Amino acid sequence: MTELSRRDWLLSDHPASRRQARLGQAYRTWLGFRGNWLAMVGLGVVILLILLAIFADVIAPFDPLIPGDLRTERFLPPGSGAHLLGTDDQARDIFSRIVHGSRLTLMVVALVSVIATPIGMIVGTTAGYFGGWTDAILMRITDIFLAFPRLILALAFVSALGPGIENAIIAIAITSWPPYARLARAETLTIRDSDFINAARLQGASSLRILWGHVTPLCLSSVIIRVTLDMAGIILTAAGLGFLGLGAQPPQPEWGAMIASGRQFLLDFWWVATMPGIAIFIVSLGFNLLGDGLRDVLDPKARK
Amino acid sequence: MDAKDEGRHSALLSFLNRAGRLVVTVALTFLGLLLATFLIGRVVPIDPVLAVVGDRATQSTYDQAYKALGLDKSLAEQFWIYLQKVVTGDFGTSFMTKRPILEDIARTFPATLELATAGILIGTILGIPVGVWAAVRQGKLFDQIVRVLGLVGYSAPIFWLALVGLLLFYAKLGWVSGPGRIDISNEYVITRQTGIMLLDTALQGEWDAFRNAVSHLVLPASLLGYFSLAYISRMTRSFMLNELSQEYITTARVKGVPEWRIIWVHALRNAAVPLVTVVALSYATLLEGSVLTETVFAWPGLGLYLTNSLQSADMNAVLGATIVVGAVFIGLNLLSDLLYGLLDPRIRRRT
Repeated sequence: MTELSRRDWLLSDHPASRRQARLGQAYRTWLGFRGNWLAMVGLGVVILLILLAIFADVIAPFDPLIPGDLRTERFLPPGSGAHLLGTDDQARDIFSRIVHGSRLTLMVVALVSVIATPIGMIVGTTAGYFGGWTDAILMRITDIFLAFPRLILALAFVSALGPGIENAIIAIAITSWPPYARLARAETLTIRDSDFINAARLQGASSLRILWGHVTPLCLSSVIIRVTLDMAGIILTAAGLGFLGLGAQPPQPEWGAMIASGRQFLLDFWWVATMPGIAIFIVSLGFNLLGDGLRDVLDPKARK
Repeated sequence: MDAKDEGRHSALLSFLNRAGRLVVTVALTFLGLLLATFLIGRVVPIDPVLAVVGDRATQSTYDQAYKALGLDKSLAEQFWIYLQKVVTGDFGTSFMTKRPILEDIARTFPATLELATAGILIGTILGIPVGVWAAVRQGKLFDQIVRVLGLVGYSAPIFWLALVGLLLFYAKLGWVSGPGRIDISNEYVITRQTGIMLLDTALQGEWDAFRNAVSHLVLPASLLGYFSLAYISRMTRSFMLNELSQEYITTARVKGVPEWRIIWVHALRNAAVPLVTVVALSYATLLEGSVLTETVFAWPGLGLYLTNSLQSADMNAVLGATIVVGAVFIGLNLLSDLLYGLLDPRIRRRT
C-alpha cells in the first residue's frame, strides 16, 4: 500500500469497518493537532521528558547523588569542562541531577493523575447517574473540597503525614480530584436519559455495568483533557512542596528541592538555583501547550 | 404598577433565598474545613501529650495531661470540643512562640493582606485593559504577546521567579530593597497601628520610612500582580470576545457609536459582571500563593508563619493558620458567587 492510498483509506467518507472508522477519526484528530505548532512543541517537550526519564542513566554523564571532588569541583560555572550546567555546593553535576530529577517529576504527574482521575470519575458519574440524594451529598462534598485552598491543604496534609515525595503525591491527589468529579457529573447528566442507556437498562444491565461500560467511556475524553491541562499545576505544586522542604528529601534530585538548596548561594553562584527552575518552567510550559492543543482538537465546544 | 411591585418583591425573595442557601453552604464548607484540620491534627505522628509535659514526665503527670487534653473521650466528642474552641477563637498555644495562636495570626495577617492587596491591585488595573485590548486586536501581534506572557505566568514556579527577581533587581541592579518589609533603621521609627506598613508610615508622616516600605513591597507585589494579571487578562479577553460578537455591538456600530465607546463602555460593562468573580477568585489565590512568595522574600506574614511552624512541627500553629487562610479563601469564593448573582440580571431572574 502506498502512502497516498493509506491516507485515502484513513480519510474515506465511507469506512468499511469499525476499525477503519476509528483509525480514520484518530487520524483526523492527529491532523488537526499537527496543524497547531505550539501544541506540537508541547508534545515534543513531554516526549523529551519521558525519554529523559527512561534513559536517565545513559544520558546523565555523572552520578546525581555522589559528590565530586569537594576541593576543586564545587560551584563550577556552566560550560566548564564536562559540566554543561555547572556544579552545585557538593560538586555534583547539575545537568545529571536535572536529568534524574525528570523521573521524579514524571512520577509525581503520573501517580497524581492515576489516583485523582478515578476518584473524580467515580464520584462524578455516580452522582450524575443516580441523581437525587446521592447527587446532593456527593456534590456537596465535592464543593467543600473545591472551596479549599489547595496548596495550604496539601501543606497541612504533608505536615501531618510527614515530609516525603509519596506523601506529597497523596496530598496533591486528595486536593485535585474535585474538578474532575464536577466535569464527569456534567457529562453524565447529558447522556443519562439517552436512548442507548435506557436500552441497556431495559436489557437488565446493572447500574454498575452501565456506569462502567457506557457512561465512563463517554466522560473519559473530556476528563483526560482537563487532567492534561492540570498537569502543569501538579508539577508546580509538587515543586513548591519540594521547595518548602516537604516534598522529596535531599539528596534526591527533585527540582523544587534543588532550587531550595541552591537558594543560599544565589548571590555568588546564580546557576545552582536557576537551572532547575528553568527545567520546571520548560516542562510545565510543555504540558500547558499540550493541554491547550488537545482541548482545541478534542473539545469543539471550547474552540473559539 | 402592581405587576412591577410584585416583580420587585419576588426578586427580593429570590435574593434572600439565594443568600440563605449560600449561608448554609458557607457553614457546611467551613465545617468540612474544620473536620479536615481536626483529622489532620489527629493523625499527626507527634504525641500531643509529650509536647505539653515533656518526655521526662512521670506516668501520672502524663495521664493527667492526657485527660486534660480530652484525649480519653470519643473522637466525636473531641471534635465537638474542638469546634467550640475554634468558634471562640481559641486555637491553642504555639509551641514555638509560646503565645496564643490567634495573637500570632493577628500579628502576621496584616502583612499578608498588604502584599496580596497590592498584588491584586496591580493585576486588576493592568490586567483588564490588557485583556480588553488583546480581544480587540485578536490574532494580531499584541494579542500574541499577551498570550505568551500569560503562558509564562501559568508555567513559571512563583518561588523561582521571586528568586530570579531578587537576584536581578535587588542584588545586581539595586533598584529595589531586599527581603523583609522595611529596613531595620526604619523599623522602630513607626508605632504599629493598623499593621499595614504603608498606612502606618503614611499616617505618622514618616515619609522616609514610607518610601523604604514601598521599595520593599514593590518586587513581591509586582510578582503576585503578574500572576494575577496572567489570569485576569486571559479571562477578560475571552469575556470580551464573547461580548464583541453579540448583536447589540453590531447595532451600536450601525448607529454610529464611536468604536472606543463600544469597546470600553458597551462591551466592557457587560464583561465586567463575570470579571468580578474572576478578580475575587484571583485575590483568594494570591492569599494562598503568598505562602511561597513570603518564604522567598522573608515577608513576615501568615505564609511565612505557616512554613516556619511546619518546619518546627508546631501543629497548633499550622492548623490555626490553615483555618484562617481557608476561611478567607472560602469566604471570597462564596462572596464572588453572591456578587455574580447580584450583578447579573439574567441569573437574578432565573432563580
